[in-house]
Amino acid sequence: MKKTRIRIDELKSDFATIKGLELSVGRVIEEEWEEPIGPTPFPSITDLREWDLKLLKRYKPFYMPFCDVCCLCTFGKCDLTGDKRGACGLNMPAQQSRIVLLACCIGAATHIGHARHLVDHLIEKFGRRTPINVGGTNVEVEAPVTRLVCGIRPRTLGDLEEVLDYLEEQLTHLLSVTHTGQEGSNIDFESKVFHAGMIDQVGMEIADIAQISAYGFPRADPDAPLVELGFGVVDREKPVIMVIGHNVPPAIEIVDYLNDLGLLGEVEVVGLCCTAHDVTRYNPKAKIVGPISWQLRAIRSGIPDVIVVDEQCIRADALVEAQKIHAPLIAASEKNCLGLENRTDDDPDKIVDDLVNGKVPGVLILDPEKVGEVAVKVALKVAPKRKKFKVIPDVSEVIEGSKRCRQCNECRRACPNDLPIPAAIKAAAGGNLDKLNELYDDCIGCARCEHACPENLPIHSFIVKAAEKKMKEETFKVRAGRGAIQDIEIRKVGGPIVLGEIPGIIAFVGCANYPKGGREIAEMAMEFAKRRYIVVTSGCAAMSAGMYKNEEGKTPYEMFPGDFDAGCLLNVGSCVSNPHIAGAAIKIASIFARRNLRGNYEEIADYVLNRVGAVGVAWGAMSQKAASIASGFWRLGVPVVVGPHGLKYRRMLLGRADREEDWYVYDARTGKKVYVGPTPEHLFYAAETKEEAMVMIAKLCMRPNDTTKGRAIKLTHYIDLHKRLYGTMPEDIHLFVRTLADLPVTMKDEITKILKEKGWKETVIPDPTLLPRLIRKSEA
Amino acid sequence: MMKAEPWQKAEIPGPKKALVITKPEVVVAMIKRAKRPILIAGSKVAEIDIAGEKLIDYVIKLAKAGKIPVVATAHTVGEFLKRGFKPDGFMPIVDIANRLKDPEWEGLDGNGPYDLALFIGMQYYVEWLILSGLKHFAGGLKTLTLDGVYHPHASWSFPTLSIEDWAKNLRVIIEKMEAGM
Repeated sequence: MKKTRIRIDELKSDFATIKGLELSVGRVIEEEWEEPIGPTPFPSITDLREWDLKLLKRYKPFYMPFCDVCCLCTFGKCDLTGDKRGACGLNMPAQQSRIVLLACCIGAATHIGHARHLVDHLIEKFGRRTPINVGGTNVEVEAPVTRLVCGIRPRTLGDLEEVLDYLEEQLTHLLSVTHTGQEGSNIDFESKVFHAGMIDQVGMEIADIAQISAYGFPRADPDAPLVELGFGVVDREKPVIMVIGHNVPPAIEIVDYLNDLGLLGEVEVVGLCCTAHDVTRYNPKAKIVGPISWQLRAIRSGIPDVIVVDEQCIRADALVEAQKIHAPLIAASEKNCLGLENRTDDDPDKIVDDLVNGKVPGVLILDPEKVGEVAVKVALKVAPKRKKFKVIPDVSEVIEGSKRCRQCNECRRACPNDLPIPAAIKAAAGGNLDKLNELYDDCIGCARCEHACPENLPIHSFIVKAAEKKMKEETFKVRAGRGAIQDIEIRKVGGPIVLGEIPGIIAFVGCANYPKGGREIAEMAMEFAKRRYIVVTSGCAAMSAGMYKNEEGKTPYEMFPGDFDAGCLLNVGSCVSNPHIAGAAIKIASIFARRNLRGNYEEIADYVLNRVGAVGVAWGAMSQKAASIASGFWRLGVPVVVGPHGLKYRRMLLGRADREEDWYVYDARTGKKVYVGPTPEHLFYAAETKEEAMVMIAKLCMRPNDTTKGRAIKLTHYIDLHKRLYGTMPEDIHLFVRTLADLPVTMKDEITKILKEKGWKETVIPDPTLLPRLIRKSEA
Repeated sequence: MMKAEPWQKAEIPGPKKALVITKPEVVVAMIKRAKRPILIAGSKVAEIDIAGEKLIDYVIKLAKAGKIPVVATAHTVGEFLKRGFKPDGFMPIVDIANRLKDPEWEGLDGNGPYDLALFIGMQYYVEWLILSGLKHFAGGLKTLTLDGVYHPHASWSFPTLSIEDWAKNLRVIIEKMEAGM
């Protein structure tokens, strides 16, 4: 039962008169579950505020406004420079945190809306009583985030609806906070940012466990099939259906329809972004072209005969670009109608005729099954007509076009990565396309260069043409998203992680707004897998991690096993699979350490912050969804590193290693406060370069609970990476050494000397917590 | 090209914009006037070629000539060390910015807060955002960018310059600092 309130202002009967009676019944919680319920099931937007304030006291926001003004209401624009306040009374820190909250609300709404659509669809198709099954007997804790936050354990698809009701309620409250004249404190905005992130994690988990359960995606399978990845894997001789987006039902219906016709394999189903991940989880014969930022080059290359878009991260000009290559487009989500006529109730063959004959450039179809039928029929009929018509110019056109370049620099000034486009165009004008070819690796595919060009040169297409050979050679493998982590895997690695002997869990997640191309993801992932960290991937980053080949022609997913274990590389799946990573940290607390997780958020987050050396890396973070995903990790005590573009989220959460007073925790055994060093030093941090990120990732894996052996292992990696990438010893080693037993044996003399210079003093290794209520014995 | 407009065209700052440095001598005067200057060298200093030299070589000459403490950000410290120059500190750009905004931070040497921070050699958008953070929240600090592109969030910035003019300006600054002018 959900919250119920009965109010009777006045009731007169023969035997009594009642005035002002108010009855309130909260949620009725399942009592069959033996685990005692914690203090915060279904928390409100302030129930975890005290925990947030603890985090924010240590990891203070550092704001970097994009501009000086607020323009969100008609009072404005208001100049908030320095310590000015706007007409509503808000100052700049509060305004910046308000913008962060808005971004996180957008991100959370996107995932929760996605989850709602998915659950509704799956209930309609498979029934409310469809059991939740994400790993059979290998996964008893089927929904760790939902259990932790809501205090319930969902058994069926129908059980997920109650959770969604709660999420939607919270989201409404959070969004209302951003209205003019609501919250006035930046710190309270930040607390609500954490809340948005937390409910986002629940929403994503709901979406993924629903689709795993109903569609039979890999169920916590370390040996999930390897699927084909890259431009070069698409068979251009066949009709090609290209799916783009995140919400997979239409893509699955395409696969099913092809299967029914016996044509799967005769027609290529390829995808970009998370729909691609999820359709390959459903059927590994589908293929992944690449991350979301490759949409434009994928369309312009003429590969698709029909394009199906669902929701999220889809280029708003997808229809315009599809028309250029004469490929019909089907919009399949009510969130992205693209101005197209709604043909959901029309006869499929009539829709097919209209698309094939070019009467309409695209249609809106809000019935996934009908999308499947129409897309296949259109692809079969259009492919022979189109003959892979593309709008990529030939070499002579590139050269001739480049001759029109004025060298005005407008393209470079529009390029997010400041790529030296004018020099490349100049070389092309002279017949040399090598420099354009070089740009391809670092180009994020946004085409802002084209829109800036006063000569209307199709610069992005020039780059794609120059790199055509390279694109065709892009043939890689990625392991299909495995979903959850098995309970038995947690039992195996829980101890080594908490003690520090597995040096860390590193999750490469998020979008593809990379500063220097996707190869940096593969390089980082392989480096840490070789060092026997547990390396987890999801979303576009999971694709980029696979785009590398060693001397034997093996890709990273072939080089490293897919288990949740030291030295492994595992892809959990799409964006909505991210909670399996958070869930692994939660399950370490629950399965390994036997902490109750049911409605017990604060204690588990305290456990994760102090004991589980996990770090999220969103190297190409771009979207509002990435912001909310990150904030879900922050509240749980998991630091997140972003690439330099991540600074544009306008706020970091930074610790101060030089402020000793910030780094004390309680020793739960004694109640004494103990200095534990800056572990972990930051909660949200942007690095300028890959090298900087790698050193910081290793450092952020350190936790107060590390044993001496574990700390020595973590220090070894930190120091080794620092020496290799920075060319010198770190200057802060003394902050991470508690006792001399922490020192890596091979570096003992060198570090001992540094400790003496720094005036280092030995301290103790506590049973760490930030929560006084967890102290078992009072200091008094 | 001598434009006081942002290098990345969509970056519109707001009412408070950097004063434009029209002559390199202005930079020299600013440094001389500062009681506690500091120079922040970003991740691009070893990548950017400027008139036959790397930008990092200009930075080293300037630091030596002006006796200005240098903080190398990202992994750039190694590039300085390769050139036989030991920066006074190295730390992530977000860390040095976070300290610079703190009026109680005693500096790298413990002798008190800085009053002038010179920036050079970062990705444009990185420097843009860091300078904005300092503009709004580091009340006692002035910022000056030595990059060859206009940075409106700084207190002072060159306009957007050609590479040749940028190199010439940097050389003048170094020469005048070396001469003690």
